[in-house]
Amino acid sequence: MMPKQLSIVPERCTGCMQCELACSWVQTGTFQPSRSLIRVNIFDEEASYAPYTCLQCDEAWCMTVCPVNAISVDVRTGAKVVLEKQCIGCHLCTIACPFGTVFTTPRTDTAAKCHLCGGDPACAVSCPTQAIEFLDVEQSGQWFVPWSQKVSRNLVEAHAG
Amino acid sequence: MYGWTGKLLRVDLTRGTSRIEPVNEQWCRDYIGGRGLAARYLYEEVDPRVDPLSPENKLIFACGPLTGTPVPCGARYMVVTKGYLTGAITTSNSGGHWGPELRFAGYDLLILEGKAPRPSYLFIYDDHVELRDARSYWGRTVSETEDGLRRELGIPGLRVALIGPAGERLVRFACIMNDKHRAAGRSGVGAVMGSKNLKAIAVRGTGGIRIADPEAFMRAVWKMRAGMQNHPGRRSFAELGTAATIDLTQAFGGLPTRNFQQGQFEHYDKLNGNAIRDTRLVANKACFACTIACGRVTRLGDGSDKYLVNTHPRNWRIAGEGPEYEAAWALGADTGVGDLDAVLKANWLCNDLGMDPISMGSTLAAAMELYERGVLSDDQVELPLRFGSAEALVRMVEATGYREGFGDELAEGAKRLGEKFGHPEVFMGSKGQEFPAYDPRGFQGMGVAYATCNRGACHLRAWTPAIETSGQYDPHTPEGKAAWVVQEQNRTTAHDATGICLFVGAAGGPLETFVPCTAAATGVPYTLEDFVRIGERTWNLERLWNLKAGFTRADDALPQRLLKEPHRSGPSQGVVVHLERMLDDYYRERGWTADGVPTPEKLAELGLANV
Repeated sequence: MMPKQLSIVPERCTGCMQCELACSWVQTGTFQPSRSLIRVNIFDEEASYAPYTCLQCDEAWCMTVCPVNAISVDVRTGAKVVLEKQCIGCHLCTIACPFGTVFTTPRTDTAAKCHLCGGDPACAVSCPTQAIEFLDVEQSGQWFVPWSQKVSRNLVEAHAG
Repeated sequence: MYGWTGKLLRVDLTRGTSRIEPVNEQWCRDYIGGRGLAARYLYEEVDPRVDPLSPENKLIFACGPLTGTPVPCGARYMVVTKGYLTGAITTSNSGGHWGPELRFAGYDLLILEGKAPRPSYLFIYDDHVELRDARSYWGRTVSETEDGLRRELGIPGLRVALIGPAGERLVRFACIMNDKHRAAGRSGVGAVMGSKNLKAIAVRGTGGIRIADPEAFMRAVWKMRAGMQNHPGRRSFAELGTAATIDLTQAFGGLPTRNFQQGQFEHYDKLNGNAIRDTRLVANKACFACTIACGRVTRLGDGSDKYLVNTHPRNWRIAGEGPEYEAAWALGADTGVGDLDAVLKANWLCNDLGMDPISMGSTLAAAMELYERGVLSDDQVELPLRFGSAEALVRMVEATGYREGFGDELAEGAKRLGEKFGHPEVFMGSKGQEFPAYDPRGFQGMGVAYATCNRGACHLRAWTPAIETSGQYDPHTPEGKAAWVVQEQNRTTAHDATGICLFVGAAGGPLETFVPCTAAATGVPYTLEDFVRIGERTWNLERLWNLKAGFTRADDALPQRLLKEPHRSGPSQGVVVHLERMLDDYYRERGWTADGVPTPEKLAELGLANV
């Protein structure tokens, strides 16, 4: 089976927060964006909205750092998932993650991170503009090319003054 | 409770105290929430004869049971109070992210009472409620204040509703702004907030909204979304924004121009949806849970520095928002200005100073008419107020927000401006509130919709142009219009009570599609008939409140220009508004007396006999 991953294209995002609602629904059974594991960063002055969540790193530091092996790999999806019963709430994973996408659940004080909904991520389903999609790894790389061209253009313009 | 959070937050600004109360459950069922529920509380708690700016007037912020849920466009909150512009009950609606945040903090309603002894702002973080010193923000613009509060409080995800300098200075049509560019815009709710010495309400909520029947709810939501996704209305809103409507009103001679002296604007194509998209659009922006994204993030063109303002930096060219249809019309066609950069800049200034662009543009248009007729002389005004003057537009918006010079007169609205200078006929509005962007001579039904609206002239209570131009009706005759307007007013009132944006109706998601969402969310088995009945109940309740405030049939009026002066050219040539005929129909249709008073039988039928 071809592994899939979340592909996020910020330029398509309108900042509507449907993904946060959908994610919090999966986590809690209520609509509670503060508990969402995907977050939309809003940069109003730039008219830019950037959803971000766990990248499911190959070299997953959250998993490596956990002293009780409470983060494991879901063999169906490759997602790194928190085993809540084993988690002792030490917060090391939240510090180890370079992207800040491991959160702490209030009250239980255990770790929470994106688990790809077992292979059908609610954020991608709920996005009305296809800014978040769940794609084969090869396809999902395509957005990177136009984005990198834009960044290099900015760089060229900056050098040109 | 499900759907509703079941709690309301009551803040006594005079004493700086607050308490959390349970929301009246029976009222929730009978009025759904938002506009209906808040109107019920206002009816119970505020004397209709109160001075709008006195501490006895209350300011109610109300969300519906769908605000903050994934039902498309579930972003809305309603501000209900006695309007400073109209003296009538007002219900001003806004989107963005503030309303949902209030719900996540745990409240359906926020009721503000009294008057703070010094400039203050309210900080709500779930159960933590605190009235804090806002003296350092007093006088600051909307964007400065929001940025400042974010720095001061340092809480990610904070949402702020606030007033700008216009609200502080009691401009009659000051807004309450949120998320910098969203506005509870009409009837002067911002002045009421200013009179209470309240600069801002900063909210952060971490709680959740519970749903009674999750499976049925998600099914209903997805059915609604599926109906909207490829609907031409949704696609047009997304691609062109609401300003695409300019093409429709222009085509039917219903685009009021130069203070309603003409029904078409020769430069309409410099201001419409295509012009904005092709030349100034940076990105679409959605409100919370919105699957349409009609919001326009825009950038000024290079030539915009020629319209100078005193209080904003010369290179004020960061991305801002707008204009939407109403602003593009009021600041553009109505003042005769066909320069998109000037309209954009004026619109941004309205947002940053916290003013309603509809009333602003319309009041300026009335002043321009007075100037061109020689009633206002050059000594009285700062610069020539000629129709089409982009310089006058931009500078007068700024002057009005700060009540500088002649702006102090404009800040009183078109009705008071006309009266002061002896020409009340230049006021184009009803119940003291300026008309929005549809000329009733082009769309006859808008005449009776404007005249009977409880909050003064408004297009969001019964919007007739689509149905009048569909071929089902003749847009120039009064036949059948009143009955349709009554039905539509009832429907939109229920719509407003749910917390869903009105635009879903034109984008493939009519009321029928989210009645099941409301039922599944709340566990109350609402039907479409229930919704229409709730809308009718609320409408009658608002009317009763207005009657107690002193309004009569004579206030359900339109200016003589619409009744006696037809356009001399264009598609609506020769048409005047047959208001009295439609009013008679309307009252009959409503079950009211010929004086516009709900009969005891009608009130008993609606369960309002004992209010």
